Amino acid sequence: MNFDKELDARGLNCPLPILRAKKTLAEMQPGQILRIIATDPGSVKDFAAFAKQTGNELLSSAENNKEFEFYMKRK
Amino acid sequence: MGATPEIAAIDELIRQRLDEILPGKIEEKLKEIQESKTPSMSIIATKGTLDWAYPPFILASTAAALGWDVTIFFTFYGLNLVKKDVSDLKVSPLGNPGMPMKMPFGPDWFKSINWNIPNVVQAGIPGFETVATSLMQQTIANNGVASIQELRELSQEAGVKFVACQMTVELFGFSHADFVDGMDYAGAATFLPVAQQSDVCLFI
Repeated sequence: MNFDKELDARGLNCPLPILRAKKTLAEMQPGQILRIIATDPGSVKDFAAFAKQTGNELLSSAENNKEFEFYMKRK
Repeated sequence: MGATPEIAAIDELIRQRLDEILPGKIEEKLKEIQESKTPSMSIIATKGTLDWAYPPFILASTAAALGWDVTIFFTFYGLNLVKKDVSDLKVSPLGNPGMPMKMPFGPDWFKSINWNIPNVVQAGIPGFETVATSLMQQTIANNGVASIQELRELSQEAGVKFVACQMTVELFGFSHADFVDGMDYAGAATFLPVAQQSDVCLFI
């Protein structure tokens, strides 16, 4: 999937991945796509809830090799 | 004077129709109001130790990231969390049986040992709390957990309102210069109306 910006949240724990994502999204344009990589297992549910609450669309959420990859489209 | 039979019939029809339409309309309107409202949270932070410093700042910074309006009211020992320097926040395992005592270094088998140290021993060793605190700080860093300083800055940047209880500021002999910039100083009468309007209200 194409993306406009990438956020490496590996090694960060709750709530830092969400806070960094929020900050990064704020610097982006509406419709742009952010790719996030995290290692916090809690981030799977947290990013889904974050998307639902803020209206930024979670395009995909996947796990490979204990890393979690999210694609989020800015509202 | 009673209504004519025609009017009574019309009234009955209107009543029936309203019963059919109103519940759906009200639900629709409530949903509309709920969706247009910015959620809000108010927290009372009363604890002044390193462990209890986390819940208020984690919840506040996350709520702000979700777009909520957040206010934290710091009172009693919670005032320690808004001092300019929070590097001296401590955690005490003494009388705290819920706290795992594990080492943040060494091989895995060593790190998994839970050191069950009796209270009487903990109380008798000078500097025990300081050692426990530095071990906790190491564990926090090892786990990629943010520092209190960092979470506090993120909260303030995101617009979380900090209010300190003026009464306890005076009671403990603090001055406004001891605290971070951007604080409000007020009392219970200021907090309660804020809490009343909040969707989430927590006492920590």
